[in-house]
Amino acid sequence: MESSVPPTERARFAVAGARANVAAALGSQPRADVTRNNLFAGLLFVSILIALAGLVALLAQAFIDGAPALSTKLITEPPSTIDTANAGFRPALIGSVVMIAFVIGMIVPLGVGAAIYLEEYADSTRWWNRVIELNIQNLAAVPSIIYGILGLGLIVRGPLDLGFILFAGAMTLALLVLPIVIIAAREAIRAVPPSIREGSLALGATQWQTIRRQVLPAAIPGVATGVILAVSRALGETAPLLLVGATVFVTADPMPFDGNYSALPVQIFQYATRPQADFQTLAAAGIILMLVVLIAMNSVAIWLRNRYEQKW
Amino acid sequence: MISKKWLLALGVSGLLAFGVAACGDDDDDSSDNGGDTPTGLSGNIAIDGSSTVAPLSEAAAELFQEENPDVQVSVGTSGTGGGFEKFCVGETDISDASRQIDQKEEVPVCEENGVDYEEVTVANDALTVVVNPENPVTCMTVEQLASVWGPDADVSSWGDIEGLDAEFSEELQLFGPGTDSGTFDYFTDAVNGEEGVQTKNYNNVGEDDNATVSGVSGAPGGMGYFGFSFFEENADTLKALEIDGGDGCVAPSVESVQDGSYTPLGRGLFIYPSAEALQREEVQAFVTFYIENQEAITEAAGFIPMTEEQTTESQEKVDSLATG
Amino acid sequence: MMEATSIGASGGGRPSLESPGSRRGEKAIKGLLALCGLLSVVTTTAIVVALIGPTISFFGEVSFGEFFSTGWFPTFNPPTFGVFDIVVGTLNVTLWGMVFAIPIGLGAAIYLAEYASPRVRKVVKPILEILAGIPTVAIGFFAVSFLLPIIQDVWPGGFLGGADKPFLAIAAGLGIGLMIVPIIASISEDAMSAVPQGLREGAYAMGATKAKVATRVVFPAALSGIVASIVLGISRAVGETMIVVLAAGSTPNATLNPVESIQAITSFIAVTATGDISQGSITYEAVFAAGTVLFLMTLAMNVISIRLVRRYREVYE
Repeated sequence: MESSVPPTERARFAVAGARANVAAALGSQPRADVTRNNLFAGLLFVSILIALAGLVALLAQAFIDGAPALSTKLITEPPSTIDTANAGFRPALIGSVVMIAFVIGMIVPLGVGAAIYLEEYADSTRWWNRVIELNIQNLAAVPSIIYGILGLGLIVRGPLDLGFILFAGAMTLALLVLPIVIIAAREAIRAVPPSIREGSLALGATQWQTIRRQVLPAAIPGVATGVILAVSRALGETAPLLLVGATVFVTADPMPFDGNYSALPVQIFQYATRPQADFQTLAAAGIILMLVVLIAMNSVAIWLRNRYEQKW
Repeated sequence: MISKKWLLALGVSGLLAFGVAACGDDDDDSSDNGGDTPTGLSGNIAIDGSSTVAPLSEAAAELFQEENPDVQVSVGTSGTGGGFEKFCVGETDISDASRQIDQKEEVPVCEENGVDYEEVTVANDALTVVVNPENPVTCMTVEQLASVWGPDADVSSWGDIEGLDAEFSEELQLFGPGTDSGTFDYFTDAVNGEEGVQTKNYNNVGEDDNATVSGVSGAPGGMGYFGFSFFEENADTLKALEIDGGDGCVAPSVESVQDGSYTPLGRGLFIYPSAEALQREEVQAFVTFYIENQEAITEAAGFIPMTEEQTTESQEKVDSLATG
Repeated sequence: MMEATSIGASGGGRPSLESPGSRRGEKAIKGLLALCGLLSVVTTTAIVVALIGPTISFFGEVSFGEFFSTGWFPTFNPPTFGVFDIVVGTLNVTLWGMVFAIPIGLGAAIYLAEYASPRVRKVVKPILEILAGIPTVAIGFFAVSFLLPIIQDVWPGGFLGGADKPFLAIAAGLGIGLMIVPIIASISEDAMSAVPQGLREGAYAMGATKAKVATRVVFPAALSGIVASIVLGISRAVGETMIVVLAAGSTPNATLNPVESIQAITSFIAVTATGDISQGSITYEAVFAAGTVLFLMTLAMNVISIRLVRRYREVYE
């Protein structure tokens, strides 16, 4: 887009001018055209309304179904099969939180590192760098359950043989969302103007010093947004965790490197598959809990993005 | 601007701290609940296996942990076979099983790894065959069931089944559990003679027994099967068939299962504790608790309690394994 | 930031502006960062390795002929392994998902790109982003507890066999459609916004109406981006697990009928790998074989979609 004026303004001028001319030459615009236009616009707006209705229905149904179970017990109480009135999501919530902490610890250095390499150091005409780029693009779209198979085959069993522990789940999730961080970090680094780099290099800094002191700080907001998007995705992922062992009934708070664990979306899924009505209510309440956490995180992401949008 | 970055870092470390603190809290949870049991018991008990028996172990775990808050019991649902895999290499302390350990495939693995165990009954269950309340048929033999559920079954309506005790000609609609469930395994074994052998012409409800309830109650010619307690919960919308296992028609009930007359669809549910695990006092206390309180546990989990005989036998087995 | 310069250290000629120590550090850092980049290659290799061993072992026992046919009953006795059942099941759910998502997604995209005022965009775009961020287990729960009963009530009588089954493909399909709408909408909208103003203005100047411009000028110009978004949506639908597990059922059934219970590749993997199977058994290996099929399907679609995205980017840059 070449002009800085919003397109609709210009288009309106153009349309008005053209219409005036045509009308003057040929008479007023046929009624059929006007109604067809409005009908079309209306139809398009309806599709937005349908999407919106779907979202609203989903949220409303979760709230209505889960309302009876909403209380602080959800956060403080462990799951229960015999005392569903007092059941909660405590171990699953703690499991998810601890896993997310590990995931962040892994994806930030690895993701930013890979992005820096691809943007600052790698010669994109070399075949091996193109292979890396291609791999990242493919991995971003591999189904999440395949990552579960990877975790089951190579992390939990196989060469790494960590067993069905929380850290194995965290590793699986980290691999799943790493491409998101890499892609976002690359965009953020790319957005830093070359003049910043050139100035720094001209003053005698090495490449790494330039990156560390000039490029990275400028790219941090974009990277943070990417990390939060990745974490939101990781928090809601169920399928890979099913395969690496988060399916256990635990009442105690999970330990990261030892013993069994659970996670919020998996606990919700387990409640959802049990036929008794009490469990359905708990599942809906769990969904509300998870949505609250996610909306909070995404709001932070949007706020960060708006706050730190740098204009060069 | 830098302060926001620190805010994010603080948030993350705060989350980490919360996680660690929450983990830590659990350990030094002093038992000042007065207690009628000798607390001071602590440790981890790892249970895995059948998803049918899991609710029993979960109920037992919850009740046990009320009195012994420092003992952490976790219950996995890798299935009876998956549970034995882990059990026989020493990864779990107790294996939940809805069938007996396989002599050919699983026992050798346990022997190889030196895992000593006992088969301890913890509950009874009755697979109940349910039909629509409008269905006049009251009793079916195992052969008749096999003609409907067998792998080569070609009956499409109730009228095609031979020798029924009532006239009925509605179209058959079958509802059954998923093929990886212990219920499926047991039913196919008992009715068709071999596990996993069944007609493919049925509605697979997975683990959602509710779907069987709504399916059967909504279709006049519907038929399905699941555990007895689930039938009891839905007795007002469904009818249970009496089963003739060779000695006359028997309706499923607590008594007919306990005295063994409800065959072949009555079964026992087991746990397999390992001798090594029983050396730990918290495991022994847990298993003893499991057996002693089996009435409360089976009721909470929705199964049929054991008879006095079964209870005594189970306790004896545990005692001998612990000492022997 | 100014590096210590060793001016005059080399006698005549230009003074060096770098301190010798930092050179070596630079190489080490570059190596470290390159390793981070290589992790992606390692991951892809790991996925292939994890899938391939058991798959080869699987085909040692099951012939290709049996695999590429119908009749998928791996947990029955005797087991049969005709993978078409679950592949068609996946396609069934995907088809109905796209039937819902394409008109809605494209409609939203055209509206946002051509008609919406900035105020409307500020409201609608975050809504689409929220929809994109809803965890699939929540959408699956919605599909099975809300959509499924409604479809069963509303479906006309015995049309296509009637909808009175415990699980329906179309319930999962609608859930997946809802999940895909934001993908199609945002990528198509990006593609349409990237169409140069000049094309629109030329059309307006000739007297075209807004609707004509949107459909006859902008849409075709952005077509490869739009198609890329659809292909990406299909890829996501094919790989989706939780919605199908919860709403579509576990009955392998090679049909595209929306009111049947089916089993998708992903739900087979999820349900079987967490159920009662022993490591090393043929059923366990079937999980990996199915995973390989899934991986190859999505890989093919991703390659196509990446090519298309590259093509529409090139045209205008």
